[in-house]
Amino acid sequence: MSAQANSTIPAWRSLAAVALAVVIAAFVLHTLDSSAFVAERKGAGLTLAVAVWFLAWWGNASLSYWRPKSPLLARLRDGFVALSFGLVLLFLWEVLVRLFEVPFILLPPPSAIGVRIASSIPILAADVYQTIFKAVLAGYLIGCCSGFAVAILADRFLFLRRGLLPIGNMVSALPIIGVAPIMVMWFGFDWQSKAAVVTIMTFFPMLVNTVAGLTASGQMERDLMRTYASGYWQSLFKLRLPAAAPFIFNALKINSTLALIGAIVAEFFGTPVVGMGFRISTEVGRMNIDMVWAEIAVAALIGSVFYGVIALIERGVTFWHPSVRGGQA
Amino acid sequence: MERTRDKILPVTIILAALVVVWYVGAVMLNAPFQRDLDRRGDVTRGTVEFLQATLSQPKPTLPAPHQVAQNFVENTFLRKVSSNRSLVYHAWITLSSTLLGFAFGTALGIAIAVGIVHFISLDRSLMPWIIASQTIPILAIAPMVIVVFAAIGVTGIIPKALISIYLSFFPVVVGMVKGLRSPELTHLDLMHTYNASAAQTFWKLRVPASVPFLFASMKVGVAASLVGAIVAELPTGAVAGIGSKLLQGSYYSQSIDMWAALVAGSVVAVLLVTLVGLAGRITETMMGARPA
Repeated sequence: MSAQANSTIPAWRSLAAVALAVVIAAFVLHTLDSSAFVAERKGAGLTLAVAVWFLAWWGNASLSYWRPKSPLLARLRDGFVALSFGLVLLFLWEVLVRLFEVPFILLPPPSAIGVRIASSIPILAADVYQTIFKAVLAGYLIGCCSGFAVAILADRFLFLRRGLLPIGNMVSALPIIGVAPIMVMWFGFDWQSKAAVVTIMTFFPMLVNTVAGLTASGQMERDLMRTYASGYWQSLFKLRLPAAAPFIFNALKINSTLALIGAIVAEFFGTPVVGMGFRISTEVGRMNIDMVWAEIAVAALIGSVFYGVIALIERGVTFWHPSVRGGQA
Repeated sequence: MERTRDKILPVTIILAALVVVWYVGAVMLNAPFQRDLDRRGDVTRGTVEFLQATLSQPKPTLPAPHQVAQNFVENTFLRKVSSNRSLVYHAWITLSSTLLGFAFGTALGIAIAVGIVHFISLDRSLMPWIIASQTIPILAIAPMVIVVFAAIGVTGIIPKALISIYLSFFPVVVGMVKGLRSPELTHLDLMHTYNASAAQTFWKLRVPASVPFLFASMKVGVAASLVGAIVAELPTGAVAGIGSKLLQGSYYSQSIDMWAALVAGSVVAVLLVTLVGLAGRITETMMGARPA
């Protein structure tokens, strides 16, 4: 309704508002460097910051109603709206923290975090290597593969499915992360114990989702396979596994976040002197909060990339699915 | 009869198999230490006696199920609730921050979902960031949140509840957005022909339609809240709560205590999810839904 009415606002007007916001933002950030301004002109700074926020918000709001004809432009618009929202958040964070001189320990400004990331790349890289490439990847692969294998078994034997599925569903509600200290006790301080935690955390989502996915193919299609005289494995590989792909990828996506969390939390219970969880807990103890935020930023980035890669593979594999083809699922 | 055969029997047998595997594992994992101990103490035992010894170590690598059960019962039912060795006491500490965080997280999630459904600009701009917010491994920074709040003098239940809020609002937002958008076009058109206002459409069509989605996502949310509360108890010198019980167990290698704490956490989780599910079913029945 309102979308129709507003679509007459040309896109350039919203873009002009955003551009104006950028100019004011640059001015505010520039003046923040002088301590006199921070001390005396809090009101002016705040007003300008709010102006930036309002302009960007208005620009984005009207831009969201813009309906470009080409899908590429539409996607560009969505990306632009999301990106500018994030940038405005970062800008407000920076300005408010510096204007009101929020204690560094409580919340460092994003610029300080950026500087810290740039200056400690070797440490961050070593931590990422230890936590992500050793613990997370190993555990993720083992957990997902074994969950998948057990799901196939459960699919083959009805009894196993009836017994395992309720247990698997229940386990998903349990605080599995609590096994971390036990795994550290069993497998030692190095990455093996973290991989074990990740394995346990990723096993059950994979099991439950794959079993659910294997029932996703329709009765008609299964009957068709039967009329072709295809055996269990043939119909599994040619019909039921492809049909289960969206479910399996869903599990892979859920697991990508779980794996990261599992590995980092497991490191709180003891690790060698490298790793993201180790760094976070020790730097908190030394009150180097900017380093902690740097690790968080890196973790969030890697988590998003991990997720994005899986989503890309999913688009390639399930090209036939309505949600990928652009229809309504 | 059918229910027994198709549901209860398979689950029971699988669980029994797991217990057997557990016992075998306990014997195998504890045997090397026991052998070592016997050799040093110059004790020779028969096979049965040796097996019994592996299953009754005070700090076993893998405690046997009956040891965990015994410890759990002892610390749950036989102790005074106010004792700080009582699991009920620790579970209550964790539960209180879980519930506080869950309540606020659900409220926040519903509010955001209503905003997203009603304002297209919020949908475009906020939704990607809500998803991005969940890529931050909040559990991983729980210690920082706790320490930072302690630095400005906020301690106790609030920082823990904040982590639970952060974890539980997301499933609710996603579920509620889906739920509030679940009415079909024909239903919306019908409201339109009744000349219903936006508020009326919201209260009489969208809200009732979203109730099943709300409870489904609340189940996820409450489980996430509990995990958040437990992890939030890991740092800060660990005073009380299931998380601190785990940490203490790992410091002093009290493996039986650790397993009992884990069992306590699981019992709380199952209870919470069951309660939310029950509340959902009662609400839906009261709204006139037919049981599926």
